[in-house]
Amino acid sequence: MEQKKQTYQPRTLETNLPFSWKRLFFQWEWMLLLILVAVLLLGSYVSPYFLNYPSLRDGTMVFLDKALIVFPMAMIMIMRDIDISVGSTVALSSVVMATLYTSAGLPMEVAIIACLATGAICGLINGLLIVKFKELSAVIVTLGTMILYRGIAYIILEDQAAGGFPEWFGFFGWGYVFGIPFLLIVFAVLAVVFGIVLHKTTFGRKVFAIGNNPTASRFSGIKVDKVKVIVFMLAGLLAAVTAIFLTSRMGSTRPNIATMYELDIIAMAALGGVSTAGGKGRVLGVVIAVFIIGYLQYGLGLINLPSQMFLIIVGALLILSVAIPKLGGMIKRK
Amino acid sequence: MTNEYVLEMRGISKAFPGVKALNDMQFQLKKGEIHALMGENGAGKSTFIKIITGVHQPTEGEMLLLGEKVSFQNPKQAQQQGIAAIYQHVTSYPDLSVAENIFMNHEVRHPVWKTLNWREMHKQARQLLRELGSSLDPKTQMNTLSVAQQQIVEIAKAISTKAKIIIMDEPTAALTARESEELYRITEKLRDEGTSIIFISHRFEDMYRLASRVTVLRDSNYIGTWDVEDISNEKLIVAMVGREINQIFPDKKTSAGETVLDVKNLSKLGEFDDISFSIKSGEILGMTGLVGAGRTEVCQAIFGITAFDKGEILLSGSSIRNKNPQEAMDNGIGYLAEDRLDQGLLVDWSIEKNITLANLTDLSTLTWIHRDKEKRQAKEFGEKVHIKATSIFDSVNSLSGGNQQKVAVAKLLTKDLKVILLDEPTKGVDIGAKAAIYEIVQNLAEAGYAVLFVSSEMPEILGMSDRILVMKEGRIAADFVNRGITQEMILEAAMGEEQVQEKSG
Amino acid sequence: MKIKTENLEMEKKNPLALFYQFRELGLFFFIVILCIGVQLRNPSFLTGENILDMATNTSILVILALGMMIVLITRGIDLSIGAVIALSGMLTAQLVAANPSVNPFLCLLIGTVIGALCGMVIGVLVAKVGLLPIIATLALMNIFRGLTFLVSDGEWVSSYQMSESFVEIATGTFLGLNHLIWIAVLFCLVFFYFLNYTRTGRQIYAVGSNPQSAAVSGIKQGRILFLVYTIMGGLSGLCGVLWVSKFASAQGDTASGYELTVIAACILGGVSIAGGSGKLAGVLLGAILLGILNNALPLLNVSPFWQNGIQGFIILLAVIVNAVVKRRVERTHLLRRAG
Repeated sequence: MEQKKQTYQPRTLETNLPFSWKRLFFQWEWMLLLILVAVLLLGSYVSPYFLNYPSLRDGTMVFLDKALIVFPMAMIMIMRDIDISVGSTVALSSVVMATLYTSAGLPMEVAIIACLATGAICGLINGLLIVKFKELSAVIVTLGTMILYRGIAYIILEDQAAGGFPEWFGFFGWGYVFGIPFLLIVFAVLAVVFGIVLHKTTFGRKVFAIGNNPTASRFSGIKVDKVKVIVFMLAGLLAAVTAIFLTSRMGSTRPNIATMYELDIIAMAALGGVSTAGGKGRVLGVVIAVFIIGYLQYGLGLINLPSQMFLIIVGALLILSVAIPKLGGMIKRK
Repeated sequence: MTNEYVLEMRGISKAFPGVKALNDMQFQLKKGEIHALMGENGAGKSTFIKIITGVHQPTEGEMLLLGEKVSFQNPKQAQQQGIAAIYQHVTSYPDLSVAENIFMNHEVRHPVWKTLNWREMHKQARQLLRELGSSLDPKTQMNTLSVAQQQIVEIAKAISTKAKIIIMDEPTAALTARESEELYRITEKLRDEGTSIIFISHRFEDMYRLASRVTVLRDSNYIGTWDVEDISNEKLIVAMVGREINQIFPDKKTSAGETVLDVKNLSKLGEFDDISFSIKSGEILGMTGLVGAGRTEVCQAIFGITAFDKGEILLSGSSIRNKNPQEAMDNGIGYLAEDRLDQGLLVDWSIEKNITLANLTDLSTLTWIHRDKEKRQAKEFGEKVHIKATSIFDSVNSLSGGNQQKVAVAKLLTKDLKVILLDEPTKGVDIGAKAAIYEIVQNLAEAGYAVLFVSSEMPEILGMSDRILVMKEGRIAADFVNRGITQEMILEAAMGEEQVQEKSG
Repeated sequence: MKIKTENLEMEKKNPLALFYQFRELGLFFFIVILCIGVQLRNPSFLTGENILDMATNTSILVILALGMMIVLITRGIDLSIGAVIALSGMLTAQLVAANPSVNPFLCLLIGTVIGALCGMVIGVLVAKVGLLPIIATLALMNIFRGLTFLVSDGEWVSSYQMSESFVEIATGTFLGLNHLIWIAVLFCLVFFYFLNYTRTGRQIYAVGSNPQSAAVSGIKQGRILFLVYTIMGGLSGLCGVLWVSKFASAQGDTASGYELTVIAACILGGVSIAGGSGKLAGVLLGAILLGILNNALPLLNVSPFWQNGIQGFIILLAVIVNAVVKRRVERTHLLRRAG
């Protein structure tokens, strides 16, 4: 009877976390912010044209188009999957849009809608194949569709370029609203929307749950397959949005555009603190990482460093950002 | 100094951080003996086995092999000393051939060139298998074999390492009666050839049939060793269970109401067949049987995780078919998964987010989650099941097994359920936490839930249930009203020969 | 004592399982039918000259597919091989351009060593640090490709800068067959021996088939992974030299995207991405099938722009058919066990 009493003592559970400086400062985002500041200072050191508002503002146009895809990519990686077909999806959506406008003579508005639809369908196909054939894994499925989508783009446009869009279409790539690049506004809006969806809504909670433990999520009544298909579709859709901005900025398109975008995007997500083992990540970190990688690329361009340096830096950043937590763990265990 | 004992273990203890997994174990194995090792789940059997096979190193005590002191730093060393283990979940290489599985890492090689001699390996493998009475082709790929066949390959592997001691961990759990018979003969043959065998099983049948001596473990402690002929069934059960059971179960004070869940002729090929039962509101229906008897499969089919082939599920009289767990929960059926770490909880997450995971829709408007509401609900249900933690933000992997289980229960309570399926709710939790879980289950019944209580442990089935279903090989072998039922009656139904009984006490 | 065991023996094998077991045979027949079809449309397909051409053009793919196979068997993947080809090809080509008298065998050796070093970096990251192979190799693909551009400063090394003996490596013949074919045959034999008749070879399969039991059997998993990526890198480096010699030019974007073709050959050949299984014969046939497609599509007047699309479609189709057949086979196993 003694034991019984002990077990059934009423207990209260605290619902407020005491404030802790440690928790506030031990965040990956602070680290990222430091890196960003370092990149900016370095940029101003090597080039006098770098660190001023118009320069930083217009610089975003160089890299923010692909960064739109980083949000759904972060979700995909949080769910322990990967999508390496996004670059091809950008190319295919862009080629479809350009062809419908130039060859089929459809109005540009229709072509844009077709572009978005193409991207969404590409994502849908990825998602469906991944949930229907779980044994294949996202790597193989998106590897196959990566070749397929770009292949279709080549079938449509061969080695031609398609362009000559109406004047207003250039707004996407070059337009300003209240002195701010339209692309930057879209990016900011998407960042807020995805931040809310991922961190404040049931859908985001489910994405994290799936990344943490897919089986337990399913047992808790989450429709894992449905969530996955939606997220892959979002990736396709935003690849199409990227295609619109990119095509607009370049004024024409080719089947070989956006090659290797997936790497930059995965690197941005990983650097932003999205765990490649799934279950962890924050939109804020991803946004800072986008600007780090983006301004690196922009700065290197300003000082005429070969763009290949950028490849190496992104590769190295990707490895460092995934290796550091692992190495930290290894040291801790010892 | 005689070498009467092939293996002797003196005062072996093993402690993991926070847990004593094995305490002062004594064990002697004679040459050419089949020695049964018995105990409930979590009694320390697998820790004991892992120490013998070198997977774990003991914290205290000594191990003697043929009278000489040994200590294994890794599995390879144990292997080289002639110790082989055949695990319950066969640990083979599914993509490789039978011969390769047998000879992995001790391949027959050319003496000079070190090339693999396949012809010789196939020949030896065929020979080994033939000695075991199997004419399997050594070139067959492992994953095309049945569990029984794979087990024979595992035994052949053990023999091929020239093992003097073979440990069999529940080898009969997944076998049919005929296949078990086959395994008995092979085991006896090995014994007659001088191999010593440690045989672990839940089945009394196995022990009486094979073993000459039996050692019992309970709650990580060594209880005793007896000659099989000298110990009665009752005595053995007391040794294994050993607690004063009556004290830890809450008093029953429920009265059953209307029939809530009615399962009719549920069947699924290869898993279960013709399952029918019903549960009333306020009633606890116990379900027991051996591991692999199909209990979990039945629960998961009702909960919509897997599909079933035939049959019908009625909830309060109307037919339902759950396509997925969400539909099941919306219909009012909840399921507490057997493997709470893998299927039940998100261990890296806080208590709070685990509790509310199944009920996010109620806590949100237009999918926006109201954090205040969420915290309040987590606190309410967390306190209801008496989770021992400081705050609702503590992560689940910082809790003990019992408290983790309470989190999983609290998650179910957030939904508006009528039926709760509890699959081994006390597995792997300590005795104090068990009592707490029993109390919760009893409270659920009193609150009007229809409860299906699945367990392998006889005492808790007897202590908790209003009625008891016994499953055997995918079928319901007996349906008792829990009055005057004994463990023997249940065991007999769970293990006895092919008869379906309609008994009531 | 002989024990009666009829009930334990395999029943008659079902046709699907048989098909699955002999999927190489199925692939072979598919190739035969494809060849007949192409031959009917264009008689210049199965001429001695064209066949030799095809074999020469497929050799590099075969060598790389062998390496990729062992990587995939360990549940890994290597996306960096195109970049490694470019890097080793560029460095060797620069060496030859600066020093035309260098021995061709030395060139091959240098290329292989460069590739192996690249492979070791991946090996360390995957085996020691524990990065996912796809992430590690994706990043290193960029780094190696960037290095190639850096060392070449964006310049090409063209045919006029290469010595005759260097170009001879990939264009010369021995007993009427191109050197490339001989090298590919040699590697097939070495791999056949390595995978089937050495303990290390079998341990590669063991690690991929069931890492946990491999650990219990005392197999050093990290060592195997390191070895596998080093071999893959070495082969890529070697192929870099062959590639540059064959096409008589080294560029920054040499072999860009070629890793996908190589992975496709493996997957067509039945190597499972989930690890543990993959046969040399299958991979060989997979590479040959892609080689035939590359050769036959132009002969059938299919636009070269269709090639990518057709390849992607075939890969997806192959993995899906494979998955479906496997499921059916497993289901029949289940039925048989239950029955």
